Amino acid sequence: MRNIAVNVALLLGLPPLLLGVINKTKALLAGRNGPPLLQTYLDVWKLLGKGAVYSRTTTWIFRAGPIVSLAAVLSAGLLLPLASNTSPLGFAGDVVAFAYLFGLGRFFTMAAALDTGSSFEGMGASREAAFSAFAEPALFLSLAIVCVPAGSATFSMAFGTLPWATWGVSHPTFLAAALSLFAVLLAENSRIPVDDPNTHLELTMVHEVMVLDHGGPDFAFVLYGSAVKLFVIGALLVHLLVPIPADGGWRGAVLLCGGEIALAVAVGVVESVTARLRLRRVPQFLVGAAVLAAIGLAALYYRGAP
Amino acid sequence: MLALSVVLVSIVLLSGTGLAAVIAGRSDRTALHLATAGSVLACSAGAIAALAALIGGELASLKAAWPLPVGQLHVALDALSSFFLVCVFVVSGLSAVYGAGYLQAYIGKRRLAPALFFFNLLVAAMAALVIARDGILFLAAWEVMSLASYFLVTFENEREEVRRAGMTYLVASQLGVAFLFVLFAVLSRGASTYDFDAFAAAAPAAGLANTCFWLALAGFGTKAGFWPVHIWLPDAHPAAPSHVSALMSGVMIKMGIYGLLRALTFLGPPPAWWGAVVIAIGAVSGVAGVLHALAQHDLKRLLAYHSVENIGIIALGIGVGLLGSSHHNPSIAFLGYAGALLHVLNHGLFKGILFEAAGSVLHATGTRDIESLGGLSRRMPVTAAAFLLGSVAICGLPPLNGFVSEWLIYVGAFRASASLPHAWAVAALAAVPALALIGGLAAACFVKAFGVVFLGEPRSEAASMAHEAGPAMRTSMILGSLLCISIGIWPAAAIRLVAPAATVIGRLPSVPMAAVGPLSAITRLAVLLLALVTLLTLLRRALLRGRSVGTATTWGCGYPGATARMQYTAASFAEPVLEPFAAAIPRRIHQEGPEGYFPAKAHYEQHLGDMAGERFLLPATRRAVEALSRLKVIQQGRLQLYLVYIAVTLVVLLVWQLAGR
Repeated sequence: MRNIAVNVALLLGLPPLLLGVINKTKALLAGRNGPPLLQTYLDVWKLLGKGAVYSRTTTWIFRAGPIVSLAAVLSAGLLLPLASNTSPLGFAGDVVAFAYLFGLGRFFTMAAALDTGSSFEGMGASREAAFSAFAEPALFLSLAIVCVPAGSATFSMAFGTLPWATWGVSHPTFLAAALSLFAVLLAENSRIPVDDPNTHLELTMVHEVMVLDHGGPDFAFVLYGSAVKLFVIGALLVHLLVPIPADGGWRGAVLLCGGEIALAVAVGVVESVTARLRLRRVPQFLVGAAVLAAIGLAALYYRGAP
Repeated sequence: MLALSVVLVSIVLLSGTGLAAVIAGRSDRTALHLATAGSVLACSAGAIAALAALIGGELASLKAAWPLPVGQLHVALDALSSFFLVCVFVVSGLSAVYGAGYLQAYIGKRRLAPALFFFNLLVAAMAALVIARDGILFLAAWEVMSLASYFLVTFENEREEVRRAGMTYLVASQLGVAFLFVLFAVLSRGASTYDFDAFAAAAPAAGLANTCFWLALAGFGTKAGFWPVHIWLPDAHPAAPSHVSALMSGVMIKMGIYGLLRALTFLGPPPAWWGAVVIAIGAVSGVAGVLHALAQHDLKRLLAYHSVENIGIIALGIGVGLLGSSHHNPSIAFLGYAGALLHVLNHGLFKGILFEAAGSVLHATGTRDIESLGGLSRRMPVTAAAFLLGSVAICGLPPLNGFVSEWLIYVGAFRASASLPHAWAVAALAAVPALALIGGLAAACFVKAFGVVFLGEPRSEAASMAHEAGPAMRTSMILGSLLCISIGIWPAAAIRLVAPAATVIGRLPSVPMAAVGPLSAITRLAVLLLALVTLLTLLRRALLRGRSVGTATTWGCGYPGATARMQYTAASFAEPVLEPFAAAIPRRIHQEGPEGYFPAKAHYEQHLGDMAGERFLLPATRRAVEALSRLKVIQQGRLQLYLVYIAVTLVVLLVWQLAGR
């Protein structure tokens, strides 16, 4: 019961900090002071206090977009074991539900973008649709590396059977899974090299341009939702790389928070040292991630592990 | 026995009211009411009876003498038949209700009696097909089904493309059924009768079973729409009136799946490579189907290609099930077959809604061209909501029904990946990235279709003058949507419908419900999701209360003169997804870009082909025609010569008969 409370508290409270960590890392690497670490909390609070302006073209779909996508990522977060190996809603086969909940959120974000009738937002939705379609096989193949040894598409079982003691020696396949998942994380969260969250030109945006017309509480939901998404996919990666104790406790919470923050720093470093890919190269990047995971999976079978 | 009698009465009622519609054909309105009342009554009674038989586990059989030299009248109900009967009757009933509204527009313009007659006949033939337990009866029902649907496809036969689509369909059906004739002939040699019970009792030897497997795959696969023999499907489905498209796509192509599953019960324990073959077919059909769908600009053609995709998903489930069966692993077999069967029902429901919504759009605007639509959700709110719901369901997203069936197949594939020998584990695991890619591409396709047709501003006058569908059409779409929601939220009830049928295919002694795990977890997830959506909606409303909420134009980056035609088009939307697959979709593009400082005009044209058709089937047909044209030498057109042929044939037959004695 306590573990579940810790899970929910972390899921709701920690995500905006990660955006702050990424921005701080980028600022420090660029020799700037940067915005405060807690800036995203302040932004969300400010936006929640504002009124709203809607385009005359839009319908209820536009208003439903941020709500459904935030609800979807929060539900996905509740399926995942966070600071322990239990989750509030986990069930046998929850891995599939996890991935499809992201799909649901994305579907409504894209539909809301098209609802404005703006060609910029349509363009963003189109790119998002393409990139997410190519990211999907990479996500499932890297999850398969974790799930096959457990024989079940269930997070608690998969994380429960990760062989920590011999990680580096006998299961370099997990490294393939981790790298592939990291690529998916960058793509799903609109990070460099797939998308640049700081770009100021509508034509070059992907995720940002889809939410151009949202404002006030709607945009607060969008901002908070994207932070939660980063946190949730990050938690998956942290579980793969860090031995979080199954019974949780304070050690679990500390390891998860530490892992997430380290991951945010890694994202910040990647954003600082790499350039954005040309849009036509992005599918190759994502298919590359899928191939990497497929090689990892093949190695798993070659070794006869499962 | 009661259930079987009710089903038989329904079949008679359907054909009877169909005939009555022809007799009353002078008045189209009377005919329409008569035929609709008959089919709705028959479908409701049949669906209830089949449901009762399915839940009660009723087995019934009826044999009667048959005055023909071969076969007999043998019909029976088992769980597999009952399940498919439920699908047939539910989707047909909904289509009939929709048709009652849809056909109103044709009154006075065209005689409705043929369309009504063949619609009822098609439903009756499908019901008869599913309960037939004799090869000859089965094939007779199969042919009636094919012909009735041919006449429905060619309803608007004054249009050239409709006649052409009808001809493609007819030829494909007859080619497909040729394989079935051979299949039943081979099976009947072993059993020395055409009775299905005898087929099942006399399982053929391994070599012969393999031949039968390929024959069933080719014959039933043509009807189901497996790639590359799906080629008739994207032509025929859009040509038919929309309620018929819903029926054909929703259940008629599933008769191919039924036939394949029934044939599998005759062939003894399956070898593992059958499963791998079916998974490969499923993956190729799924990905090729969704990619071609993404490229389409014709709303109904887009939906037709999605039928190929969903048949691919069903095949993935059957393949996983076969791998489980061949390794005597009841839980994998059950998960695969149950997922496939549930997807049969689900696809019938959401594809029905989608075709009906597309029909309403066609009805209201007179066009199926996505690029000239837009902004319809304001004028057609119910149709738009139904299309949105169908889209979310067909993409397999929670909390709707498509998720449940895809989830079962995923869970089966993951389980197979760990417990089967390695080669077959990898084959099963191949279903996972295939399903993932199909899901991602389907979401792209339906965001495109829904967004461009229903959202934004109208791109043409027709779209801005659209009107909501009539009450009968709306009722049908709403009922279908409610069924999709209930299966999505309460999968435990749905699994109870497919479980008995899955055990029949897998020859499982009992239902391994433990394999599925507690489905209440999915209910919990769906409820939580809906609760969060409600909570956030209320939060948003509370926050905005009393604050300024204004309206303005969409942000156009400072450009004030934006028009509806400047919105993103469906072709542009699909381009980044299709570009990496350019080699797989034959497209001919003619474009003239704007030139100079003050460009006056630009031109872009895109013609889409089908890879299977252009790269494989057309060249193959051409070669076959060339080879066969050599036979023309015997066709001289002279009567005397033909008389000689007849005489020679008679003499040869006589000698053969005498020598045989």
